[in-house]
Order: sequence, then structure tokens, then C-alpha cells
Amino acid sequence: MKTLEAPLREHPFFQGLSDSHLETIAGCGRNIQFTAGETIFREGEEADYFYVIRHGRVALDIHGAHRGAITIETVEAGEIIGWSWLVPPYRWRFSARAVVKTRAIALDGRCLRGKCEQDYQLGYELFKRFAHVFSERLDHTIIQLLDIYCENPVKKSKR
Amino acid sequence: MNNSIAEPMQPVPYRIQGFERETHDTFTLELKAADKVSQPGFAPGQFNMLYVFGMGEVPVSISSDPADPESIKHTTRVVGTVTKAMNTLKPGDTIGVRGPFGSSWPLELGRGKDVVVIAGGIGLAPLRPALFELLAHRQRYHRIILLYGTRTPRDILFKRDLKRWRSHFDLEVYITVDRAMGAWQGNVGVVIKLIPRAPFDPSNAIALICGPEVMMRFSLEALQQRGIGNENIFVSMERNMKCGLGFCGHCQYGPHFVCKNGPVFRYDRIEPIFRKAEV
Repeated sequence: MKTLEAPLREHPFFQGLSDSHLETIAGCGRNIQFTAGETIFREGEEADYFYVIRHGRVALDIHGAHRGAITIETVEAGEIIGWSWLVPPYRWRFSARAVVKTRAIALDGRCLRGKCEQDYQLGYELFKRFAHVFSERLDHTIIQLLDIYCENPVKKSKR
Repeated sequence: MNNSIAEPMQPVPYRIQGFERETHDTFTLELKAADKVSQPGFAPGQFNMLYVFGMGEVPVSISSDPADPESIKHTTRVVGTVTKAMNTLKPGDTIGVRGPFGSSWPLELGRGKDVVVIAGGIGLAPLRPALFELLAHRQRYHRIILLYGTRTPRDILFKRDLKRWRSHFDLEVYITVDRAMGAWQGNVGVVIKLIPRAPFDPSNAIALICGPEVMMRFSLEALQQRGIGNENIFVSMERNMKCGLGFCGHCQYGPHFVCKNGPVFRYDRIEPIFRKAEV
């Protein structure tokens, strides 16, 4: 039987993790597939998993009254989605849906939280990786908030 | 425009041959010399000063194919009084032109290498002539990759070109938008996000970047993380240009004048001042 350790080892998010930590993480995971348009999770629901994307594309949506779903980011192979399982109250901040057929590894957040409590080294390694994801997404969010492609009001008067 | 040496401050009348609306706030003007003067060529990345009579003069990137100097196109966004007036011009109207001015994309340095073109928003306009030229001499280069980011799907420039380029097997096009609603099936996220996964060899590549400075700053970091040297990165800067000749000083950028020494700079030559807010 194929284990999940090999695809996890190849995934950029887990690069550099020890074999024993990969084995522990793989023990909390399962392969999963989503068809195009399928909802992966919904904003406000309990966040029990995070997803390691292997193939495909996932859209992270936020719903605004009278505006429908606004896609704030898409995530592809080599990336992960979901960090709400790490932060109380463990509820999804966004919704996620597969844009195209998507294959992923779903990792059980409760299971992983339990393992991290038992093995602080594993917890530290995971948090380092998530801190990198947080930092990158924060940078991206700042750029999106700056609305940099909008006209420059300083130059508006003349040009 | 061939008066740029003899009478560099005197605009030459050009006739508007065509007006094309690119997006809700951007448009392209196609120009032809009104008199029987031969139209000079231009190099990708250069700009002209366009004078709307009675309104004023602004620098606008040349966005057309350098192999076709008889049909010179300029693409700009409506951002102020002059471009607003320009937006109302019709075929047959006259506009004043000075130029071409400034430095160009050093495509010859990309020979035998991967060429990564990174454009943000209206920054695709001055890179479009470079893409035409790269494709006209496709055999000179290894991979050619276009990473293009803009605000929303409706802000995507040059849709016909992008569609055609995407159908080329020898040009890889990746497009992303900062936000999207509805039927958009493509990437959503900042253009910087495309850089880590773009398929190029950083040890044998040059990168050309044009877009808002914040976008260029983060793009530079992402390229440096991939391992491209600063001497192989070229950026197009934007400052308030007036004379186009490096005389008036409006566009002074540290020891440089953007209109004359730029707008295209090799990044290692401006790195010390690039992040200084005061410059």
C-alpha cells in the first residue's frame, strides 16, 4: 500500500522535515479529490482540516452581501490551504472551492494538534512553515489592499 | 519625430489614425505623421511626449510593434486633464509628438537566455513592443515567459494579443488578477506570486519589469529569491517627465534623469536609491 509520506516529502511545504515527522503527519492524512466547482469548505464552518494541493486550482472566496462570492486568491499545486485549524475558534475564515479538478491530501487538524502537543519539535517545525505562509499572504494582502493598479491620485491633477 | 535632434522641444503634428478602447479606463491611439516626414523608428521601452493642443503635454509609452514604425501606437490610462482630453480624440484629429525618448529594454542581453517579462497593470504597454520583438526573433532566446498581473479581469489590457500569445507554444503566458467575481477561472492573487513557480532558469535569464513601484519592489525580492542577479534585472521607472531631454530636472532620480538615462534601468545601477522614499 502506498503511504502519503512520499507525496508529502515532495511537497514544498514539508521540505526539510525529518522522516519521523513526515510519518507522524502522514498518519493524520488521506488522499482526496474534488471535482470542478465543488465546495471544499465554507466560511464559518468548523475547520478540522488543512489541504496540501497536489494538482489543480482552488479559489478562496469571501461572500459579501449583494456582491456574491469575491475570489481573493487562488491556490495551486505546491501550496497549501487552511490555517484556521491552528487558531481558535477553529472556524474557516473563507470558503474554498475547486476551480478545476483538484487532487489534495487532507490533513486532520485535530489529529495534528494532538501530535504537536505531544511533540513540541514537530509543532515548532509546522509553525515555522505556517509562519512563512502567513508572512507571504500578509504581503500579498497588503499589496491587494493598496490597490496598486488604481490611478495615482497624486498625478491626477495634470497627467 | 525625426526633428528630435534639430528641434527637440518642438512637437510635430501627427494625425490620429485609430482609437481603440482597451479597458474602461485605458485606450490606444494610433498615430501617423501629418506631413510627409518619415517616421523614425523606436526601440521597445521608449516613450513619446504627446501634446494635446491647448491642454498640455504628457509622456506616453509606445506600445506598438517596432517593426512597423509607420503605425505607431501609444497606450495610456485616463488619469488627469491631458489624458482625459486625449481620451476624447477621434480619427482625423491632430496631436503633437516629440520623441522617441529614453532608454530601451536591452533584448540583446537575453540572447541564448530565458527572458522573463513581468508586467503590472498599464505596465504591459511599454513591454508589448519588447514582446513583439522577442517573438520576431524567437530563435535567439530560450524560454520567453510573460507574467502579467492586473486589478480585475475587466482591467486586462491587449486581450487579443494575450489570447494569440497564449496559443503560441513558444511563449508562456501567466495572468493573474488581484480580485475576481463571477466567471473568471484563472489565477487570483498578486503577480509576485507567479514568480516562484515560473519555469525559467535563474542562472541563465534576464528579467524585464514594469508596473507600479510597490509591485516592482516585491517582484525584485521574488526574483532575487529565485537567484537572478541584479545585473540581469531591468526595471522601467516612472517620474514626472517634462522636457524629455534631461534639461529641466523634473524627473531627476538620484544622479539620473528618468527621461534620458531611463526609463529602463539595469537594477544594480539604481539599487541604492530604489527603496528610498525621498528619491
